[in-house]
Amino acid sequence: MNKNSNTYTILYATIMVIIVAFLLAFISSSLKDKQMENVKLDTKKQILSALNVKEGDVADNYQSMVKDFVLNADGTLSEQSEANFQTNYSDTTKLHVFECTVNGEKKYLFPVRGAGLWGPIWGYVALNEDKNTVFGTYFGHEGETPGLGAEIAKSFFSEQFKGKTVSKDGNIVLSVVKNGKVADSSCEVDGISGGTITSKGVDAMLKDCLKRYKSFLASAVATEANSDATNVEAAADSTAKCAATVAKEAEAKAAENAGKEGYGDFSVVEEKIQKVDSIKKEVKDELKK
Amino acid sequence: MSNLKETFLTPLGLNNPVAVQVLGICSALAVTAQLEPAIVMGLSVTIILAVANVVISLLRNTIPNRIRIIVQLVVVATLVTIVSEVLKAFAYDVSVALSVYVGLIITNCILMGRLEAFAMQNGPVDSLIDGFGNGLGYAIILVIVAAIRELFGAGCLFGIQIIPDCVYELGYMNCGLMLMPPMALIILGCIIWFMRAKNPELQEK
Repeated sequence: MNKNSNTYTILYATIMVIIVAFLLAFISSSLKDKQMENVKLDTKKQILSALNVKEGDVADNYQSMVKDFVLNADGTLSEQSEANFQTNYSDTTKLHVFECTVNGEKKYLFPVRGAGLWGPIWGYVALNEDKNTVFGTYFGHEGETPGLGAEIAKSFFSEQFKGKTVSKDGNIVLSVVKNGKVADSSCEVDGISGGTITSKGVDAMLKDCLKRYKSFLASAVATEANSDATNVEAAADSTAKCAATVAKEAEAKAAENAGKEGYGDFSVVEEKIQKVDSIKKEVKDELKK
Repeated sequence: MSNLKETFLTPLGLNNPVAVQVLGICSALAVTAQLEPAIVMGLSVTIILAVANVVISLLRNTIPNRIRIIVQLVVVATLVTIVSEVLKAFAYDVSVALSVYVGLIITNCILMGRLEAFAMQNGPVDSLIDGFGNGLGYAIILVIVAAIRELFGAGCLFGIQIIPDCVYELGYMNCGLMLMPPMALIILGCIIWFMRAKNPELQEK
């Protein structure tokens, strides 16, 4: 056949395209499950990395430490089954909250997504039980510049977030500022010098994504109030204890006196003990109110 | 045999695809801020170039002349896609580290250049050697540029600090400009200048 004829050219192109299409489709579909598994495992690894768990088997650790929840509109959490595990949190109507247990302490972990300079960036922010202090973070990116924006994935960057405050007066204050321009070290961290747009992207990502959890984060205020209550209780307890020691002292004195003067004055001591008891009751009643 | 040796060695020096033919400059600028991605990119290009060269060389007598560039492009794109899919399934960490660079290999002018200039005229064995030679010639330049940029830009090689702390205490500072793409172009320019000064036969009269 004439190699330069139109028929040959068209036939050649058609056959080539069909072969290539089948080849690629076959490879893609036969490797899909394995790839998906890798992506899921990698996501779990990232979550564990935000919880500062970097050793041991990823799947086992995840299984034992992390529980996946979706935040409902009324503020309650509904648990997600393993089959619903997400590797991409672009659906902003479903707000994922991960409840994690690290060394017996409860942590909350939130996925965040945003835009860097060249492509998407994402991360995981783990908070302590007070829902306001950062426990650990992980940041990832698809194609930021190596040595500049890509540095956000390095541990020195994510370590900076540890212990920072997330929100103040209902606003998200956790932020990334220009390198060396940190004014308030309780909630600001250094950006990457030379990676300004990526750093700004991280800043915007944290603010935008954590904002959606506002109601959930705000419910921490209630628990804080609870902790206030426990504080009061503790104070009351200590007052009661003081009272008890006073009573004991009185008892001891009374015993001494009794030693000197016989048992005549014991009724006085009893009176004192009764008084102390009534004080205890009063304090407890106040607490209940 | 000496012919094969020559096919392999000239792209490493006198006929280097980057420094002499000035091909593949874009990726040389993009991935040379650090040594590690530069090496991985160099190796990926080498493997894909070698395989593509062989495939095109085997097909060279059947390819219609009018659509030969399209055929070459399809072969390269298919190979790159397969490599990227296989990496995702069996070496996920590597594929994450490479991220977009695997896809960028398709756009590398060296591939099209070698397929068009060499594989279309030569047998599969010669083409394989030519692919390896040119790929490594590209990799060498990438590694040189990346080493200079990472050493002076970040004080590290492979992310490990090389310049000792005492030098920094004396007032030395990392050159941030080294990490910017323009500096890669300047370093590349210096390498080309050096090659031409050393080899008078490269200079145009």
